[in-house]
Amino acid sequence: MTVSLGGRLEGSVLPSPVLDISGLRISYLDQNGPRTAVHGIDFSVFPGEVVALVGESGSGKSSTAQAIIGLLPENGRLESGNIRLNRLEIAGWSQKRLDGIRGSVISLVPQDPGNSLNPVRTIGKQVAEILVIHGKASGAAADARAIELLERVGLNQPALRAKQYPHELSGGMKQRVLIAIAIALKPSLIIADEPTSALDVTVQKHILDLIDELRREFGTAVLLVTHDLGVAADRADRLIVLKQGRIQEQGPTTNILTNPQSAYTHRLLADAPSLNVRQRRVAAVAKAEHGKAGDDIIVVEGLVQDFGRGGKDKGLRALDNVSFRVRRGTTHALVGESGSGKTTTIRSVAAFQKPTAGKVIVDGLDLSAPPRETLRLLRKKIQLVYQNPFGSLDPRQTIAGIVEEPLLNFEPIARAKRAEIVASTIEKVGLPLDVLQRRPHALSGGQRQRVAIARALVLNPQILILDEAVSALDVTVQAQILSLLDTLQRDLGLTYLFVSHDLAVVRQISDTVSVLNGGKIVESGVVEDVFEHPQSAYTRELIDAIPGKKHPLHASRSTLTNSGNI
Amino acid sequence: MTILDTAERHRNIDSPNPLDWISPAPAAEEAVGAPAKVRAKPILIQPGLVLAYIILAVALLWAVAPGLFTSYDPVQGLPGQQLKAPSALHFLGTDALGRDLYTRLVYGALHSLSGAVAAVAIGLLVGTALGVIAGSVGGWIDEVIMRLVDVLLSIPVLLLSLSIIILLGFGTVNAAIAVGFTSIASFARLVRSEVVSVRRSEYVEAAFGSGGTFFKVLWRHVLPNSLTSVIAFTALQVGSAILQLSTLGFLGYGAPPPTPEWGLLIAEGRNYIATAWWLTAAPGVVVVLVVLAVNRVSQAIGRAQQ
Repeated sequence: MTVSLGGRLEGSVLPSPVLDISGLRISYLDQNGPRTAVHGIDFSVFPGEVVALVGESGSGKSSTAQAIIGLLPENGRLESGNIRLNRLEIAGWSQKRLDGIRGSVISLVPQDPGNSLNPVRTIGKQVAEILVIHGKASGAAADARAIELLERVGLNQPALRAKQYPHELSGGMKQRVLIAIAIALKPSLIIADEPTSALDVTVQKHILDLIDELRREFGTAVLLVTHDLGVAADRADRLIVLKQGRIQEQGPTTNILTNPQSAYTHRLLADAPSLNVRQRRVAAVAKAEHGKAGDDIIVVEGLVQDFGRGGKDKGLRALDNVSFRVRRGTTHALVGESGSGKTTTIRSVAAFQKPTAGKVIVDGLDLSAPPRETLRLLRKKIQLVYQNPFGSLDPRQTIAGIVEEPLLNFEPIARAKRAEIVASTIEKVGLPLDVLQRRPHALSGGQRQRVAIARALVLNPQILILDEAVSALDVTVQAQILSLLDTLQRDLGLTYLFVSHDLAVVRQISDTVSVLNGGKIVESGVVEDVFEHPQSAYTRELIDAIPGKKHPLHASRSTLTNSGNI
Repeated sequence: MTILDTAERHRNIDSPNPLDWISPAPAAEEAVGAPAKVRAKPILIQPGLVLAYIILAVALLWAVAPGLFTSYDPVQGLPGQQLKAPSALHFLGTDALGRDLYTRLVYGALHSLSGAVAAVAIGLLVGTALGVIAGSVGGWIDEVIMRLVDVLLSIPVLLLSLSIIILLGFGTVNAAIAVGFTSIASFARLVRSEVVSVRRSEYVEAAFGSGGTFFKVLWRHVLPNSLTSVIAFTALQVGSAILQLSTLGFLGYGAPPPTPEWGLLIAEGRNYIATAWWLTAAPGVVVVLVVLAVNRVSQAIGRAQQ
């Protein structure tokens, strides 16, 4: 499609773009021959501008970014098209020639800070290295400049950090180091490939603020590759919406958000939880209120969990006096950042570990000192759905085998009856019956997560623990799974314990919420109250960090999306 | 049109350039909703692999039906035919007792191959059992088993197998047991490492979470998912077992004469190396070929699994 670049810089003479891409086609060679991943896209990035490439997995956004810096995987091929960097055609350059501009003219902030630093070299050396490579400084001068850079990206005690190794730094700190490397030579373009996907929401905000600040200071253009529309909406001047290797829409952020032209953008915007603050479901509490008051299916009181290394070592207190209650038929969310004790809490509720102190009562069963058989019977009441649908299904089993397995663990059921139960469960989660004979690798992420939900449901449990169950999914798939969960809750009267770091999703689907920080509950209550009137500073910080705040445009679009959805 | 040659650049974190540190994208970003197609692999003819299979097939046929390949007797010598050079009649010559060397090699396949298979079977079964127990139970049992394995690994293989033969007595079966015993430790280590990683996977926890008992989960998930790399290793071990058995035979700790065991053949020919070098060379070449063939096949299995 042809796309107008109108409105990029109102009224002024257009400066020449830092990056100008036209007719870019990328294909991947696999066993079935070449497959085109990007079908001739055109866009430009102007100096000092933040352009966001947004799209779901498979949209070609990463391929585009990789092609620009010449780092396509070995089976990737730049079929045709021009990549002009400061008017210089770089498509087709050899790796050796590209080395000269990578880091100095164009640099990259990679996605996973955990894997992107060399574990056996100090931080300072790694930052200094880029200066040395490009001949900008050497020896002590390079080391001193590295410390300056570390200070510039907001690391405290930069001289100390320079002597440390990557494992001594947190994820956010490592990402700052990578940013320091990326800005070291003041490149004209920084490609940030999902720079914050692996980070906690408050850290994400700080990192994005830092990139923003540095951009303003140096006038560097940023190409932000992200799946998170909230992040893109907050940070980008212009959006490019990609779907299956084609540009659906591009233009100034505000225009796209308030007046999206393509149906796909409409759907993306409607499905992004962070942009739809007021889109609340009709609370399941209404139904639960019919039940007798005080009908709490999960009661956690004064839960303490220590992890010791055994012996005299006092160990780590992961949970400290955690208490909450969940009404039957409602959704309770546990939110917090990594290390806050969310996962430890649910593992105690699911009886995967014995609490050090405190009480966990699930549907009348006290889990503090359960005999083995009670424990196994508990499994029929409470089931877990994991975050990563790629890791939670045995790759060697068929879908039928996976869903059937829980049935084999309890009293014997005839084979025909089992097949019937499996088929009906698969239908319940909205999958076609022909998936039954397939194996997990033949399904997409969303389908696999449905299979994981089917496995959890096959025993007719009363409680489902959802451990970041939608965090690994694309927004549209996430929206589908969330609506499936909602339907199932209404139909089957399920209780959900929903663990997430994504407050926007929590706000959308839960009735009550507990906020965890450092193993303690800092705040707890009905979702509206907690979100509208947060009492603790920590909760306020978390809520402020939710991206997508800059454009509170739901009101203007609500009629559109709601009529589209309902 | 450009092919970007980036083969070696991924995850190249030693590289000074941060751009090199990015991880490779998946071969193609996953097409959501589309089921993966059954992929027809292009058939690549690998001459080395084909040759390896042919060698193994011949060796197996020798073991199964030696009578098809030769009409001589492997044990009874022919009078007046001692130490003949290779000829149309005796195509690898005869030994000091007038026995046809080619015939002895053909009949020897049974001893060498069955011994190797038995040895590997012992290592596989005992080693896997120990590895699975250590990896899945954990705790002090894991410690005890793995420290014993460390002890086994610290003793030189030949010394260990010789000691076992001295304890058990000479003979083909005992030699196989001795060789098998030396591979227990490597099997146990490999299996344990696999079990430990599989056991931590979410699908195993999910299986426990759906009410599975320890043994059911072990049998359904942990074992099948742990054994993939063990299969390639097993094939590799067959080659080294043949070699070890031949070594023992050569040293006189294996099958007693007049058994036509390959190692023993080499040892017997050694005395005539100046006048009849083929008596040592021929069985030596056979051992080398079979071991190389087994290694090539195990390598192919390992690659196929990746």
